[in-house]
Amino acid sequence: MLGLIGRRLAYLVPVILAVTALTFLIANLLPGDLAIVMLGDQATPENVAALHKQLGLDLPLWQQYLHWLWGVLHGDFGTSHRTGQTVLNAIAGRLPVTLELLIMAELGGILIGVPLAILCAVRPGSAFDRTVAGIAFGSLSVPPFMLAILLIFVFALRLHLLPATAYVPLSDSLLGNLRSMALPGATLALLEWPTIMRVLRSDMISTLQEDYIAMARAKGLSPRRILLVHALKPSSLTLVTVIGLNIGRLIGGAVITESIFALPGVGRLLLESIYLRDFIILQGGVLLVAIGFVLVNFLVDMLYAVLDPRIRHGRA
Amino acid sequence: MAALDSAGKLALELEMPARRRRRLGIVFWLASSWIALVVALAIFADLLPLADPFAQALLARRAPPSAAHLLGTDALGRDILARVIFGARASLEIGLLAPLAATLVGTLLGMLSGYFRGRFETFAIGTTDVLLAFPPLVLALAIVAYLGQSVTNVILVLAILTVPAVTRVARAATLAIREREFVTAARALGAGHLRILRREILPNIMLPLGAYFLVLVAVTVVVEGILSFLGLGVPPPQPSWGGMIAEGRDSLDIAPHIAFIPAVAMFLTVLAFNLVGDSLRAITDPRRGAS
Repeated sequence: MLGLIGRRLAYLVPVILAVTALTFLIANLLPGDLAIVMLGDQATPENVAALHKQLGLDLPLWQQYLHWLWGVLHGDFGTSHRTGQTVLNAIAGRLPVTLELLIMAELGGILIGVPLAILCAVRPGSAFDRTVAGIAFGSLSVPPFMLAILLIFVFALRLHLLPATAYVPLSDSLLGNLRSMALPGATLALLEWPTIMRVLRSDMISTLQEDYIAMARAKGLSPRRILLVHALKPSSLTLVTVIGLNIGRLIGGAVITESIFALPGVGRLLLESIYLRDFIILQGGVLLVAIGFVLVNFLVDMLYAVLDPRIRHGRA
Repeated sequence: MAALDSAGKLALELEMPARRRRRLGIVFWLASSWIALVVALAIFADLLPLADPFAQALLARRAPPSAAHLLGTDALGRDILARVIFGARASLEIGLLAPLAATLVGTLLGMLSGYFRGRFETFAIGTTDVLLAFPPLVLALAIVAYLGQSVTNVILVLAILTVPAVTRVARAATLAIREREFVTAARALGAGHLRILRREILPNIMLPLGAYFLVLVAVTVVVEGILSFLGLGVPPPQPSWGGMIAEGRDSLDIAPHIAFIPAVAMFLTVLAFNLVGDSLRAITDPRRGAS
């Protein structure tokens, strides 16, 4: 176990280094001059050259990279030239909203996906199972922004039940916060349940064929107990994997929902920095999101190994 | 999963997909026909008796469907039917070309790393790991932001982002085939690497990769829609489904059809590619739950 963690950790270092290099290259090799953007109308050749010198943009690329990397290692991801805010502060201010959204999406997905998976696994091939399978397949083809707009149309514009774009911070009012997060959370949850349902269903169908389930039945345990305790428990591994695999897509989904529902989260921060050409925030933000993503995947891998000594990779 | 006593289970488990596959018959042809229709409309858009997708009619803004405008008009009075059909062009151009380029490059990389293994494999898989370390949409947004938005750039970015996934699928398929008897036989007969790759391996991984390609098309159409919706994909005023939905969002309350018509077109197209890809996968891969 320790050896496995060590090996995975050792692999993590080059991957994260490569992630920093790629982030840096995207920001610096592609066309566009930060100095010209920063100076705007004031951009004369002399001003641009002076600012290049000040920002270190006149140095060779590898020196710029090492300089930047040195800062990153010391927690200095740069400072926005637009707001004067450091990247870390900007992200930290936005992170709670995004985390709340992701947790709501995951919980909602589990709340819908798990019961449906159990009901389908009990009678595979039944009309109910086929209907749910069809709905799940269809849901996987719905682009997130389309679902968001549909929910806004129905629940905000027609039924006037929930607000569409009035974010309330958690510190102001719990109920108000939950109301303002309901539609964005539901958008992501509705995209999340089909994968959870599909994987868990096929996992449970095979678990229900195991000998120990027959044994439990023979002992006269109630079907409900067998389903929830004997069959669902081993499948929790599968849940962990699916959630891990889904996170990348979910982060993308968060960018879109935050944009549509005007939530002040990390995704919207990245989008704003793109629209406002705030490349320092964009570069630091992309790097932080990517590192977070790598670490979450690492944790999911480890959790998986902890939960199942056989480490059944390549199955889910 | 216990492998020993799985024969009986397998029969039980296979019952479901088998029944579903037969049911998919009609659905598969419906989906294929929808794809054919959209492709044909996109190709022959210029020849069809359509309104000018750019012509604004400020007196007929947000008009509901009528004889003059079969699907109504948008907030600038432009004909929605014409814009949906011309928008299909952008969606399909990006949705087909990016996965195509990615499939060509990824198949080559995956085949070579699965066949030769060694340092090349380590390097190729390491590179895909780095690209996969980024949440895909965030990386796509960042690259498009720096490169500048144009149809070519979007194709380029989405192709690069798709290569790692194809490489992995192609490598896994190659690994499964390279140890098979017919490859050993070909080698014993004195076939060179190039011949084995081309005549023995490629034909055997083409079908699963073809099915995967269709699923990738569905994914790419969605991502293109997201980029255009966020104003970072197909540059306006050129019509694109994502852009039209974004424009329609502003009149959602008074004229919901402006957003919902392109949304339905996009959903049906994505669903059709997923359905066709899924049925092909079910045919080429008899394993239950293989993805």
